[in-house]
Amino acid sequence: MAHDTTFHDAHSDHEHHAPPTVFGFWVYLMTDCIIFGTLFAVFATFRNQYAGGPTGKELFEISGLAMETALLLVSSITYGFGMIAAHKGAIRSVQLWLAITFLLGLGFVGLEINEFAHLIGEGAGPDRSAFLSAFFTLVSTHGLHVSCGLIWILTLVVQLSRVTEISERMMNKLTMLSLFWHFLDIVWICVFSFVYLGSMI
Amino acid sequence: MLGRLSFADIPVDVPILVGTFAGVAVIGIAVLALITYYGKWGYLWKEWFTSVDHKRLAVMYIVLALVALARGFADAIMMRTQLALAYAGNPGYLPPHHYDQIFSAHGTIMIFFLAMAFMTGLFNLVVPLQIGARDVAFPFLNNLSFWMTAIAFILINVSLFIGEFSQCGWLAYPPLSETQFSPGVGVDYYIWAVQLSGVGTLLTGVNFFVTIVKMRAPGMTWMKVPVFTWTAFCACVLIMVAFPVLTVVLGMLGLDRYLGMHFFTNDGGGNQMLYLSLIWTWGHPEVYILILPAFGVFSEVVPTFSRKPLFGYATMVYATCAIMVLSFLVWLHHFFTMGAGADVNAFFGIATMIISIPTGVKLFNWLFTMYKGRVEFHATMYWAVGFMITFTIGGMTGVMMAIPAADFVLHNSLFLIAHFHNVIIGGVYFGYVCGMNYWFPKALGFKLNEAWGKAAFWFWFVGFYVAFMPLYVLGFDGMTRRLNHYDNPAWHPWLLIAEVGAVLVFCGIACQVIQLYVSIRDRNLPQNVDVTGDPWNARSLEWSTSSPPPIYNFAITPHVHDLDAFMHDKENGIDTRGAGGPYAPIHMPKNTAAGFMVGAFSLVLGFAAIWYIWWLAAIGLIGVFATVIIRSANQDVDYYIPAEEVARIENEHSRKLMVQAAE
Repeated sequence: MAHDTTFHDAHSDHEHHAPPTVFGFWVYLMTDCIIFGTLFAVFATFRNQYAGGPTGKELFEISGLAMETALLLVSSITYGFGMIAAHKGAIRSVQLWLAITFLLGLGFVGLEINEFAHLIGEGAGPDRSAFLSAFFTLVSTHGLHVSCGLIWILTLVVQLSRVTEISERMMNKLTMLSLFWHFLDIVWICVFSFVYLGSMI
Repeated sequence: MLGRLSFADIPVDVPILVGTFAGVAVIGIAVLALITYYGKWGYLWKEWFTSVDHKRLAVMYIVLALVALARGFADAIMMRTQLALAYAGNPGYLPPHHYDQIFSAHGTIMIFFLAMAFMTGLFNLVVPLQIGARDVAFPFLNNLSFWMTAIAFILINVSLFIGEFSQCGWLAYPPLSETQFSPGVGVDYYIWAVQLSGVGTLLTGVNFFVTIVKMRAPGMTWMKVPVFTWTAFCACVLIMVAFPVLTVVLGMLGLDRYLGMHFFTNDGGGNQMLYLSLIWTWGHPEVYILILPAFGVFSEVVPTFSRKPLFGYATMVYATCAIMVLSFLVWLHHFFTMGAGADVNAFFGIATMIISIPTGVKLFNWLFTMYKGRVEFHATMYWAVGFMITFTIGGMTGVMMAIPAADFVLHNSLFLIAHFHNVIIGGVYFGYVCGMNYWFPKALGFKLNEAWGKAAFWFWFVGFYVAFMPLYVLGFDGMTRRLNHYDNPAWHPWLLIAEVGAVLVFCGIACQVIQLYVSIRDRNLPQNVDVTGDPWNARSLEWSTSSPPPIYNFAITPHVHDLDAFMHDKENGIDTRGAGGPYAPIHMPKNTAAGFMVGAFSLVLGFAAIWYIWWLAAIGLIGVFATVIIRSANQDVDYYIPAEEVARIENEHSRKLMVQAAE
């Protein structure tokens, strides 16, 4: 088991404290969580401020949303398979799962951009009303996070192609991206429930 | 090509700015020329700008803070002079357009770049040493945090000479700060400067939180953690919870301005009250972010110079944590007058008053620490005692304003201005200067001159009262804040007195500059050199190292047996350093230019976005991402200091200690 030795070596060196990288990233994610929490509160404040413009009920379509949600949820599963492969030290397999995750995430972002373009084309852009400002800001903040995650996935796929074993540092990176990706999934479930379903009921 | 930037945006028609620019240019060129003449660029780059060593970053943060103090104070004395002149038909020398930029810049700079940078500098200098760690958890991010703060300060100063700064006060309330009423670049400068520095602050919060949670020396359980580190810890929690809210609310203001959204506009369903609520959800914890570490400084200084352990350590910790929690339950007292209703106002009024209880606990703890102690009136103790008196007065006027009925009279009057300067100067600034005097020898290996330090204290102390007590009176007399000129004869004498106070404070700052100059000049005199690393016979672990500490801080990780770990070791004859070894190689992070590069590209991004130069903004953004990705791929990020080198450094220090002991 190649990865076991790698881990063992990293811990038995002269460090008194292995750098708590993953813990630090988790703490950072909690600050990100506050960003989303604030944006949800803002959306709740403005949920009825249509300024004579279209309401959520008139704008949102469930079919595209279901597709977006499915893509993102499946991408979390595929990332999970990638992590299992990483723990086995199977680099090519990790790359494959990450590539699949990337495509699913890309599909999600594509659908979202399509939805936004559609809304803006209908005259329901973010400058139409406070409700739409809050909607676009919340959803696109999530979308921007996913896009950064896509860049991160690509970076790691390339970096993985240049190594022969998964070092502790690489494992940390994969774990942090994993936290990030699943976190965005959870945020999306909240977006889907509170923003879309809440507006459509 | 250059967006909305044109030559008309260079304020060549404002003599004050042209003069300032000439002064800054002359000083800047002189500094650059001197660095070049002495061939120090390589040294600065390799040893300082790219350093990931928390002790070096601490010095850079505090230098940045002192430069910000100069800028912020220049704004302050200009305002006081304007109000001393602009009376009964005299327009003064600052037209409203310029004056409004000055008070907006003064507040922004003093909070974000003096206070926050000074605080982060003290965190960097003290926290890792105090908990027995070799560095912070993420040394590279620490360097990045510094550069984000530094470039944000550069950006805010660029607004002096290219374009204009915000005229909307330090918190840029809408709708005034919306495009409809502020179409210029001023508010955009404000938004970008605060947002970019906010990135640095948030990373600092995460970094020190993780450092304190995960990297304390063996044996240092939570109730053995020194109080300064406790206050740093609570401040980091507040940073991590509060700063994301600031990011969101300024982001929303930016979206209103850049993309025509309707969060806070008068039309389209916008709601300005949400801005106030969100910005103070950050803003109130922010004042506790600043004051808690100051409390921590006093909790280190007072026991050291009273030659006694801190009275009521446990209550000090609980009081700090109580303040941390309560600070999130009071933000509405900044806008009692907004109309939330009597019940809501009453809740927040009472919550505000409750904060004075843990704060009172702390004051009594410091007093009881001094009681029956052998108090040595070192310069640091002057600041500490001056703080106790001044902060108590400021706290009491705060409780007055916490009564909603009274606040309806005092809101936005000069009484408020007097109150928050009373707590921020008397609390935060006195605390940080106290800390600088206390830890200076640890950072640089020699003590600060005491006579000039005491002179600085007296000028600041007296100057503060002369400058701000009249403002309490003026508040009662109905003078509101941010007035450019006035015609009430009853106000004029008080504003003249306040001007005298500002001059006294200027003398205080001058004394601090002279103190630094004299101390650096006399740094090699035997009475100034800190040979032992423990010049005050102090109590916590940072004093067990040499001054300045070796790059790895501790050759052998100390084992903590008690609160006041170093004092315990001294009293029981334990060698905290573990002199003589055996030593092992020490794993260290390498210096990196990545933090500087991310900062530089962020500066480009911010400047370009302010002026709508979109191609340049794209370059900045791509530069940031590219730097981070390249850094992520870099495998060569650490090195080992060989055991022989560690032994050589440690034995050299032991030899100095023995020579000192023999004398």
